[in-house]
Amino acid sequence: MTDDDARDLIRTVLGEVAPEADLDSVGPDETMQEALDLDSIDFLNFVTGLHERTGLEIPERDYPELSTVEGCVRYLTTSGG
Amino acid sequence: MPSLGADMEVGKVAKWLVGPGDVVRRGDVVAVVETEKSTIEVEIFEAGVIEELLVPEGDEVPVGTTLARVGASGGTAARAPAPEPAPEPATKRRRSAVGAPAAASTRMIRSGGLVVSPVLRHLAERLGVDVHALDGSGAGGMITRADVESAGARLRQVSHAPMNAGRRAPVLGARPSPPPVRRAHPSLTGVRSSPLARRVADELNIEIDDVQGTGPGGAIVVSDVRRAAQGKLPEAAPSLGQSGEEEVPKEPGPDAAISGTVAGDARQVAMRRAIGALMARSKREIPHYYLSTDIDMSRAVAWLEQANVERPVTARLVVPALLIKATALAVATVPEMNGFMTGDTFEPSADVHVGVAVSLRTGGVIAPAIHHVDRLSVDELMVALRDLVNRARGGMLRSSEMSDPTITVTNLGDLGVDSVFGVIYPPQVALVGFGRVAERAWAADGMVGVRSCATATLSADHRVSDGHRGGRFLGTIDRLLQHPEEL
Repeated sequence: MTDDDARDLIRTVLGEVAPEADLDSVGPDETMQEALDLDSIDFLNFVTGLHERTGLEIPERDYPELSTVEGCVRYLTTSGG
Repeated sequence: MPSLGADMEVGKVAKWLVGPGDVVRRGDVVAVVETEKSTIEVEIFEAGVIEELLVPEGDEVPVGTTLARVGASGGTAARAPAPEPAPEPATKRRRSAVGAPAAASTRMIRSGGLVVSPVLRHLAERLGVDVHALDGSGAGGMITRADVESAGARLRQVSHAPMNAGRRAPVLGARPSPPPVRRAHPSLTGVRSSPLARRVADELNIEIDDVQGTGPGGAIVVSDVRRAAQGKLPEAAPSLGQSGEEEVPKEPGPDAAISGTVAGDARQVAMRRAIGALMARSKREIPHYYLSTDIDMSRAVAWLEQANVERPVTARLVVPALLIKATALAVATVPEMNGFMTGDTFEPSADVHVGVAVSLRTGGVIAPAIHHVDRLSVDELMVALRDLVNRARGGMLRSSEMSDPTITVTNLGDLGVDSVFGVIYPPQVALVGFGRVAERAWAADGMVGVRSCATATLSADHRVSDGHRGGRFLGTIDRLLQHPEEL
């Protein structure tokens, strides 16, 4: 998965979880939870969406890596999803 | 017109899903009603045959108005043991959707090892998915929302035939479009589209895959959707999941999309007013008292982390599920937290239907109930919680969820606040609030250590209980959370 693929995927999944969320408004190192007002159920939906499209198990201990857009991209591109 | 929350005075019948002659079972969704706060599927609490619809679609009527006449069932219900017809006369006049109706539909179905939550069973019926044909991907083979939705998406791909094969035809035929499972099918054809474009497409009831994209790489952007909407609006079916459709002028001009937004704003104003009115009434009528206690959450958090290691993503638990479950169980110890004030009299409830405060993305809050939380396993509760939150935000709740919470839990921990002193939702008598779970210095056994902690608060009605009992209640919640494996 390339960086662009990962970014597209994140955008797609977030669009489902939080339709009004504007990913472009999130700074590269800002947490998505805070910037997009995601609660724990939203975040679980987000992780579920990534899992369903990539097959990655995404254990809970990896959640912190997923909290920024850049972290997410890094995670998706290096985990072979 | 059932009371779908204490702040509701009128409701508009947006859509009838049954007509005269239809056989209904208790718990069937028979109509869609719009209130100031949301769009709600109204369930019927009688079994029988619809004789007459008394309120036409589009009419707004006060709570208590008889919507339809239901006669005794002539035949037998199609499948599943028919619920006994309720003894009351066949009107839905009773404000008291309270209690009884939920029982039949809320137990989990277990047959042949199959575990399906009632909410998913409803969803499956709506999508025409046979749950018996699904492989559950959840814990212990539990069927998850994702299982049902992906099966539903496959069905939709296969054919555009009416979606719920298993359901009675009249209900089917009355549904103009698939219910808002819109998060499940972003784009089956892989066409790229912006989240905003998809949302607007949902609002305007436009199939995103049919829109011609003009964005980068052919991606569909919002202006494409609006253009498509202008061509299509005249015959577009009403989008029940969205507000304000009826306020859009009949002849959809170029401003149609914009007036949709204006109607949405009007609804925002109406919702704000409804919340304000209810909270003012609560503060005026209910002598609140407030308590708070810090709870050591380290055991609960550790248990949750361990439990989630073994779970696929789709079956993972979140902290609020434990908090809600602990609250529901604590009610057994202090029953005067659970029930309703009717006039000056407190009616304790034998059932524990926990209202869960859900903040809506567009502003506002709604607190629909998860039924019989005390009887649900944490896994079942988790499924119900995800489903409820998603539906609350997606705009489609059911009448029984709106009318009968017996106690409310609000969890503002995700926002990072330490504690929340809530306003009780009349006619309930207690509201439990949880702040964030965070590491704090914690003194125990003569030592100061670092523990995960959360502050639990109670707002309760002094007409029913006092601080001593309230303290006992919070103490019980604390104690239960020290044994998360027993929740």
